[in-house]
Amino acid sequence: MAGKTVKNNSLGMILLKGRTFIALIILVIFFSFCAPNFTTANSIVLMLRHTSLYGLLALGMTLVIITGGIDLSVGSVVGLVGMLMGGMLNEGLRLPFMSGTIYPNVPLILLIVAVVAILIGLVSGLLIAYLNVPAFIATLGTMYVCRGFAMLRNGGATFPNLLGSEELGNLGFPTIGSGSITVFGLDIPYAILIFVVLALLSLFILKFTSLGNQIYAVGGNERAATLSGIKTKRIKLFVYMFSALMAAICSMINTSQLRAAHPAAGESWEMNAIASVVLGGTSMSGGIGTIGGTIVGALVINVLNDGMTMMGVSSFWQQVIRGVVIVVAVVIDQLQASLQKKIALQLRNQ
Amino acid sequence: MAPILEARGVTKVYPGTVALKEVDFDVFPGEVHALIGENGAGKSTLMKILAGIEQPSAGKLYLDGKEVRFHSTRDAAAEGIGIIHQELNMFREMRVADNMFAGNEIARFGVIDRAAQRKRVREVLSRLQLDVDPDEKMMNLRVGQQQIIEIGKTMLKQKLRVLIMDEPTSSLSNAEVEVLFKLIEDLRSQGVAIIYISHRLEEIMRVCDRVTILRDGRRIDSAFVKDIEVEWIIERMVGHAQLTIEKKPYPGAPEPVLEVIDYKLPRLGGGYTVDHVSFTLHRGEVLGIYGLMGAGRTELVESLMGLHPESSGEMVLDGAKITHPVVSEQIARGMVLVPEDRQKDGLVQCMSIFNNMRLTSLKRLSTHGLMREKDSRREVAETVRDLQVKVADVNHLVTALSGGNQQKVVIGKCVMAHAKVFIMDEPSRGIDVGAKTDIFNLMRGFAAQGMGVLFIGSELKEIMSVCDRVLVMSNGKVTADLSGAEIREDALVRASAANLHTGWKDKGGD
Repeated sequence: MAGKTVKNNSLGMILLKGRTFIALIILVIFFSFCAPNFTTANSIVLMLRHTSLYGLLALGMTLVIITGGIDLSVGSVVGLVGMLMGGMLNEGLRLPFMSGTIYPNVPLILLIVAVVAILIGLVSGLLIAYLNVPAFIATLGTMYVCRGFAMLRNGGATFPNLLGSEELGNLGFPTIGSGSITVFGLDIPYAILIFVVLALLSLFILKFTSLGNQIYAVGGNERAATLSGIKTKRIKLFVYMFSALMAAICSMINTSQLRAAHPAAGESWEMNAIASVVLGGTSMSGGIGTIGGTIVGALVINVLNDGMTMMGVSSFWQQVIRGVVIVVAVVIDQLQASLQKKIALQLRNQ
Repeated sequence: MAPILEARGVTKVYPGTVALKEVDFDVFPGEVHALIGENGAGKSTLMKILAGIEQPSAGKLYLDGKEVRFHSTRDAAAEGIGIIHQELNMFREMRVADNMFAGNEIARFGVIDRAAQRKRVREVLSRLQLDVDPDEKMMNLRVGQQQIIEIGKTMLKQKLRVLIMDEPTSSLSNAEVEVLFKLIEDLRSQGVAIIYISHRLEEIMRVCDRVTILRDGRRIDSAFVKDIEVEWIIERMVGHAQLTIEKKPYPGAPEPVLEVIDYKLPRLGGGYTVDHVSFTLHRGEVLGIYGLMGAGRTELVESLMGLHPESSGEMVLDGAKITHPVVSEQIARGMVLVPEDRQKDGLVQCMSIFNNMRLTSLKRLSTHGLMREKDSRREVAETVRDLQVKVADVNHLVTALSGGNQQKVVIGKCVMAHAKVFIMDEPSRGIDVGAKTDIFNLMRGFAAQGMGVLFIGSELKEIMSVCDRVLVMSNGKVTADLSGAEIREDALVRASAANLHTGWKDKGGD
């Protein structure tokens, strides 16, 4: 070929592909010098805790966005699930066909809210896959509905002191958020462990299962997927259910850490999750994306947030900077996509 | 008299294919010049170059003897060159006047002068003898009227000098065709040069003065209509060179593998796109479906695959009776479709060759939902070898392949699904000659292994050299079922136009 050729393995291309990771390293170096206490063990654990909390939403969001959809409801699901758990812990469960109140134990509570969340995901999925409601609108709807029910549960008030009690047999809720396990003398909080396990699970689904292949195919070209015999509607149902389940687990950890359920919990967290996913190189038009990318994206977002807070940057400026970072990342994404197209054309003409 | 518009040595190269090779073409004022060729012969490309939509890779255009370069349709339109596409470009919800002036509004300080637009539209439409209110919504007009409005659009600003019409009669009723022909006559008498693209040879013999025939991107011949007959055109369209495809016989019994009984697909606005079609496909057979664009061939096979839930009818696929097909079930039963538009329907562009090829067999190649990588790799490698797909690395993106090899990936995907009925919709479109021959040999190979192959084709030569039997469709109906020596050019061409002016449009329209 005449003129400039772009090579897939040139230094520039490698830098471009690893850009989010490089950005992360630059951020870490920058904050190490500029933010006091940034490199202490405490603040590192704090940042990892934040990352794993918000990162859970980003895991589900990654699958959804790879199918070409979006899930705006996850933040509200966090709020609603928290209120449901708080209510069951403090007030118990009154069932219409039973007299009196029963107090489910903690594992049962977690199971119940997980099922509720999956049903919420199912509703979004049904709207999107079977009634052809655009994902943006369908999950905007479930977002409002869930937030509304979260508020209604206790008239807009919080459920405080979610410790449970001996005689009701529902002790142990705070352990999820504050407990830890000691590995090689290191205290690893459950919260981080749960995130790592679920991240590995998501990675496994996307990389090694036929379900994962189908998720990519649906997002890459839905019609071609249909013509290949893939049940695209079921795949869509799955990703929204998975995303809602991740939101429920996120809520379990968050509510447990705070030992209180607040109806406004999780507000705008969906944006944080979307930002992580996009920073991680997942294409909003579907078909492209990795869990590894999303984790790096989530680290960038949370290191940036916490680092700026430690530096004492005002929260107003933080928002401005976060916005700029996200947009710049996507601009670079587009640049890479057009380069990659060029490479594909060159390969073809050889 | 000198030609008004002339192309000399025009060549157009697209990635992977040469659409036009050093084509000369000219048109004189007051002349109707027909451009004829099979699908993929280069008609559309030449038309697009003349209208400024595409720029030639080499060669020159002359207007009134002076060299010109059109960078866009705007440049061409400024010289009085108008084009009417087969698919009308219009805003159905907008008014006639707004449609005609879209992008060219008469405006002052950005405010549209609707009165002036209306006045100008009335002038133009009266010249075209079309009595339509400029404020009428476009969607309320009949197709023929919409088309005349499209013509009117080209006459708004400049004096119309050259009008390019792409298959203008394909969606018109008989009465509307007559109106159009009269209009062409009027424009001709006003000295407008008309370039007329059509598949309907009788029509061309009636309205055109001169014909130019393209084949495989080259200009084959030109002649005055008064000197020639339809047979002369067909001969040159198809060419003499036959494809050499070996028809290996199938050793087993030719029992039916697919029986289709009375299949229908209703058309929006009445009538049928697929009009009560019945046929049988046997093992070891390549059954061609020939027809013009819009004959309902693609819709027929899509209905059989289960892509049109509103279709009805019955089929027996490998012994199983099916009335409401579902795509995933059809594939599981062994019916596969290589779609007409492989970019849009056949491939997931952002996936690797490997992942594309195993897409139909994910279930078979997984255990408890977990992909068996090794088996997948082995099967993909085997298929790549069997189909002779030219790949450096199956992990490359599928878009890195040439058109022909992409098509082979789509076919490979279907092979891996263990097909019994192999449907190929225009598999040779947009790929080079070598790859075409490969693909036809593959089709014969599938048949020899006992599959039934359904081949939708628009090129006579291909249909004739590959198929054992040919169904011809026209306007939704099967108009001929030919086999052996009956498969002749003239029979195919005639049958493909047989049902054209007896359809719903006549009953519905006026």
